[in-house]
Amino acid sequence: MTAAAPAVAVDRLVKVYKTTRAVDGISFALAAGSVTGLLGGNGAGKTTTIAMILGLVLPTSGTVTVLGAEMPRQRYRVLHKMNFESPYIDIPHRLTVRQNLRVFGRLYAVEDLNGRIASLAEELDLTEFLDRPAGKLSAGQKTRVALAKALINSPQVLLLDEPTASLDPDTADWVRGHLERFRLQHGTTVLLASHNMSEVERLCERVIIMKRGRVEDDDTPARLLVRYGRETLEEVFLDVARGRGEAREAAQ
Amino acid sequence: MTAHSTGSIALSPRRVGAMVLRYLYLLRSSWTRLLELIYWPAVQLFVWGFLQFYIAQNSGFFARASGVFIAAVLMWDVLFRGQLGFSVSFLEEMWSRNLSNLMISPLRPIEFVSALMIMSILRLAIGMVPVTLLAIAFFGFNVYGLGLALAAFFLNLILTSWAVGIVVAGVLLRNGMGAESLAWTLMFVLMPLTCVYYPVSVLPHWLQAIAWALPPTYVFEGMRALVMERTFRADLMIEAFALNALYFTAAVIAFLALLESSRRAGSLLQTGE
Repeated sequence: MTAAAPAVAVDRLVKVYKTTRAVDGISFALAAGSVTGLLGGNGAGKTTTIAMILGLVLPTSGTVTVLGAEMPRQRYRVLHKMNFESPYIDIPHRLTVRQNLRVFGRLYAVEDLNGRIASLAEELDLTEFLDRPAGKLSAGQKTRVALAKALINSPQVLLLDEPTASLDPDTADWVRGHLERFRLQHGTTVLLASHNMSEVERLCERVIIMKRGRVEDDDTPARLLVRYGRETLEEVFLDVARGRGEAREAAQ
Repeated sequence: MTAHSTGSIALSPRRVGAMVLRYLYLLRSSWTRLLELIYWPAVQLFVWGFLQFYIAQNSGFFARASGVFIAAVLMWDVLFRGQLGFSVSFLEEMWSRNLSNLMISPLRPIEFVSALMIMSILRLAIGMVPVTLLAIAFFGFNVYGLGLALAAFFLNLILTSWAVGIVVAGVLLRNGMGAESLAWTLMFVLMPLTCVYYPVSVLPHWLQAIAWALPPTYVFEGMRALVMERTFRADLMIEAFALNALYFTAAVIAFLALLESSRRAGSLLQTGE
């Protein structure tokens, strides 16, 4: 991979489940070290897109390249450099936090694993919970453990699917702050699927808006606000979701 | 070429060890789960052991065949609990909604399957070793007295149990928890066909052909020959091993195909019901 090559490249990607076209010919590239928001209503195709980037779902057609490796064919070349967090995937509840991080750390061949666990626990304020079963933690604590799992290998590409869903505002804000710091320290490429517009505005330098499996818009938050004549991303999102973007373009 | 650029055939002992560690942590977390591993094999042993005592007192044939039922029940438990040990470890990932975490990690399918096979043996050892000691204490039957033949029996039975476990895991991947009952019941289809407690000759002729297509049949016939006639039938063990090699390979191919199919269908994203 050359220095200018994108960390993630998606080209004419299509996923059809039986009769449903979940992803319909989308293309985009994520520059190394960038943070991109992936917006869209329920069923827009965000999770399927992320799953194809991870190699968890096979595309019907089109290609996904991550750090120069074609997914899913060459996924074992890069999976150790990627990670993923979603509130819809659990960390095993019966294992303690430390045991979980040990298992995932070994899977990702993390060096000085005990040191890494200790530093993550400190950064994510998990030290006092390390020896508690993951199932006995609060929602906010579980999210921090899931984040620790996602960061255990210091990934070059991090995919996040609604990382602050179901968290109280204070914990959500804390998680966002940590993600910002982590990205700045490690230069990680982040793709963030979220329904929380203030989260996207705060974290992302670019926003891809999906609707019915297609990319409806793709720009920086500032330029989207100007183009849609709106003050917040939430208003832009609603315009796109309700088709006002198309109406405005037609009028122009 | 780095370790990460090799294909899916490459096997990392470290990752296999990580998965084994995960299941050991799980076992360690609950004494009831440990007890459960011993409970059913022990119940089976006592039922069949006392039944054998009773029949032996009333039949000269069974008096001569001392231990054949106990040996059969122990061998059946190797087959059944070997598969269950494999399948339950796999189910743990589905119950805990952890499968996606594993599938996006560098863990390769062959490493996952290897860890499940190791766990199958460990769970079997935890459950069966105490029960074999109970068999000595209560019924005077020492399964270890079968010597090297026991190793041949065990190898063939565990290979079959893994082949079944691998296919069940593939079906679970593809169809989700709706197929869970397969993990608990599939092996019971083999029980009458593999002639655990009676010779193949009692089956109707057309069913005998099916029985001889199943590796455990050779083991149970071989076990009876050894316990009752003091004859080790190496020919039966070789035939069983050849069939096992065939079925095990077919099971791995089926697992990989079902995994690919579940990637295509998107079922790895939704591993619940």
